[in-house]
Amino acid sequence: MSAPLNSSFLNARAWQRFRANRRGYYSLWIFVFLFVLSLFAEVLSNNKPLIVHYEGHWYFPVAVSYAETVFKGDFDTEADYLDPYVRGRITSGNNWAIYPPNPYSYDTINYYAESPNPAAPSARNYLGTDDRGRDVLARLIYGFRISVLFAFVLTAVTTFLGLLAGAIQGYFGGRTDLIGQRITEVWGSLPTLYLLIILSSIFSPSIALLILLLSIFGWMHMADYVRAEFLKGRSMDYVRAAKALGLSNQVIMWRHLLPNAMTPVITFLPFELSGAILALTSLDFLGLGVPPSTPSLGELLAQGKENIEAWWLSMTTFIVLVGTLVLLIFIGEALRESLDTRRG
Amino acid sequence: MSDTNSSLLQICDLSVAFGKGTEFSTILESVSLDITAGEKVALVGESGSGKSVTALSLLQLHDRTQTHYLSGSIRFHGKEMLNAPEAVMRQLRGSEIGMIFQEPMVALNPLYPIGDQLIEPLMLHEGLDRQAAKRHGIELLARVGINQPEQRFTAYPHMLSGGERQRVMIAMALSCHPRLLIADEPTTALDVTIQQQILLLLNELQRETGMAVLLITHDLNMVRHFADRVYVMQGGRVVESNDVEQLFSAPNHEYTRKLLASEPERSISVNEEKQISTRDPFLTGHDITCHFSIKSGLWQRHKEEIKAVETVDLTLRRGETLGIVGESGSGKSTLGMCLLRLQSCQGEITFDGARLDAMNPRQLRPLRRHFQVVFQDPFSSLSPRLNIGQIIGEGLALHFPEFDAEQRRARIVSVMEEVGLSESMLTRYPHEFSGGQRQRIAIARAVVLEPRLLLLDEPTSALDVSVQKQVLELLRSLQQRHGMAYIFISHDLKVIRAMAHRVMVMKHGQVVEEGETERLFEQPEHPYTKALLEAALFREMRTDKTGTV
Repeated sequence: MSAPLNSSFLNARAWQRFRANRRGYYSLWIFVFLFVLSLFAEVLSNNKPLIVHYEGHWYFPVAVSYAETVFKGDFDTEADYLDPYVRGRITSGNNWAIYPPNPYSYDTINYYAESPNPAAPSARNYLGTDDRGRDVLARLIYGFRISVLFAFVLTAVTTFLGLLAGAIQGYFGGRTDLIGQRITEVWGSLPTLYLLIILSSIFSPSIALLILLLSIFGWMHMADYVRAEFLKGRSMDYVRAAKALGLSNQVIMWRHLLPNAMTPVITFLPFELSGAILALTSLDFLGLGVPPSTPSLGELLAQGKENIEAWWLSMTTFIVLVGTLVLLIFIGEALRESLDTRRG
Repeated sequence: MSDTNSSLLQICDLSVAFGKGTEFSTILESVSLDITAGEKVALVGESGSGKSVTALSLLQLHDRTQTHYLSGSIRFHGKEMLNAPEAVMRQLRGSEIGMIFQEPMVALNPLYPIGDQLIEPLMLHEGLDRQAAKRHGIELLARVGINQPEQRFTAYPHMLSGGERQRVMIAMALSCHPRLLIADEPTTALDVTIQQQILLLLNELQRETGMAVLLITHDLNMVRHFADRVYVMQGGRVVESNDVEQLFSAPNHEYTRKLLASEPERSISVNEEKQISTRDPFLTGHDITCHFSIKSGLWQRHKEEIKAVETVDLTLRRGETLGIVGESGSGKSTLGMCLLRLQSCQGEITFDGARLDAMNPRQLRPLRRHFQVVFQDPFSSLSPRLNIGQIIGEGLALHFPEFDAEQRRARIVSVMEEVGLSESMLTRYPHEFSGGQRQRIAIARAVVLEPRLLLLDEPTSALDVSVQKQVLELLRSLQQRHGMAYIFISHDLKVIRAMAHRVMVMKHGQVVEEGETERLFEQPEHPYTKALLEAALFREMRTDKTGTV
């Protein structure tokens, strides 16, 4: 079966209109650039050097774990490259090492810091450290990545569930629709936050659990839009013609109704993404989200609240969060306008 | 026209373009038009010819940011109206110039009683107080033929029928005694019997008040019956202007001749009819009934039944066209949908000895290739995101799985050529085609399966007259080649007369009369059939007088 969203003339026109909206177009590129950059976080911000050339041998600590003894240290455990001793060994004489631009990972605790934690921004920690001595910039980079990835997965799952539920309700209508709607309403009126609090005290918190919980409570509004599109589409003549051809219900839904119902779905994607990022951040802020060691924007914000005088904690997180959401909303706006066929 | 009469409206060399910024397309090209006081002028043309744009330019009702008046002048009573200030135009609209629109359903605000909407211009332009305006409004409603005008004064638009709404629109347009009435397709959305009444009413009111009327229409018969003088428009230009008698007897312009010749003609020989009537029927419907229930009341208990189709019997023979005629709401489309099992109903449907009504959807699916359907609206009947090849090939892939891609393509191309489309259109999308071409695509989608029965649900009513004739000819030739039987549903008696071997007349879900086409048209028996024919033939009375056709 051919893909429902084949690149037709309509889509080409929509892309043109999207490009004409400079703000949304640039926002898309900036967002894609930042996201791709954050995918290489291990190379950008890591406590392990990228390459070490030590006594004529090549080492790649980013990818491979080496014991300190390899560099003539004392311990059999993995080398701590921030340790001035190890650092001295691999950078003295003919030996050299290339460190990432920000030499901390999200969970690196700098035991050699000179000021108490949380430390203000300095040449060592560009955006300071949090109250456990972890580099804020590193946590922001990893936190951004995990937020966006989380949002992608959550949006994909909720969109799929919403499409499925909306399509079935809208296409079959009548009793199916009635029962489906009532179930959706009951489901939608469950207090999600309480359930999350209860469930997070039963299960050990993890990203997978969060995605599961948020997606089973997050598909309803997408289903509403898809249902409306399918309800409208099923009475169109081309659907009746397809029925007259003898096509099965699945084929009609997939090939005739879904492509025409995609417009609201696509339009909502950026808003869904920003909603998912916000949801994760708020849950983390409340301490109901990801496990404590995971880099997260919400956790940083919570720290900022605890240490109100450490402005670099809340300020930087705020900027990253608002920047991301604004970019996504600009993209969403441009997308909505470009898919609006009433515009020339 | 002549200098002796006072010229009421003069449009001179008017050119109009639409668009934003530097990109705009010219819609009207140097249109000139004259209307003298008390004259009935018709503006005729097919869709896209610019006739409505001309009317809207008169009232300056276009979006001013997107409309450019390139040249020309519009003078009403010698006063220049083009680019006149909005305040001046507001004075003219409704008081000096009245307008009636095509869609009475959307021209009235559904949230206000008709009376309030009717007296608004009276209070605005005539300066009447509410009581006086109401008295005058009720008189007007009575004048345009609304029964019980006092009670109906407070009725909401949805409580009126289409014809009554159009009457209210006329009352509104006439309320301030305009000197010019612009009627933009005033009867197109109405049933044929109502059309006749509205046209008679307009005629009467015109005679009474002595106003000038500019009738905009695509319907030549209406022009012939109503107008004194005719302007024919094509592609944004006036190609011919003439007296109505002269235009119909001796048209000057080639396009006018084409328009006049595009009336559908009967091409069925008596021989053919005889031959078909000896065949055995392959499709029979017995006692077909379809009721829709409307639930209302607090608990949705109180049920009202709409009897869309009520105990209808029909038979169809191979190669035969059965015409089904009726006004809107008569159940003719529902009957068609029932026969194809696209609408659930009671009754027996036998197709080649098989009981269709007893089958479940899964059993029915393989049989579906034998009965196909073509819908009225060519814009909603094609999936906008599939290309032409995919649309036509979809059924082939399902019902002829033995074909490989190459054979399928060959089949699609040959059908496309048969319906007058070229192979190069295979990968194009529906929105790139005109209405007529889209209808050809819809026909190709059905015919490619070589069905035995084709249900044609108003297949030409959304098309322009000249295109309509081509599509009808195509359908005839396809029928003769493939021996398909047609069920032809239409409200247009001319089209039915041209196409059908047998005709069924439906009213309120029931068949009131049935018979051979010519017999039924010549000697209708049922009073409803007579009324229907009279309404349609009434327009042809002048045809007989002038001796054309």
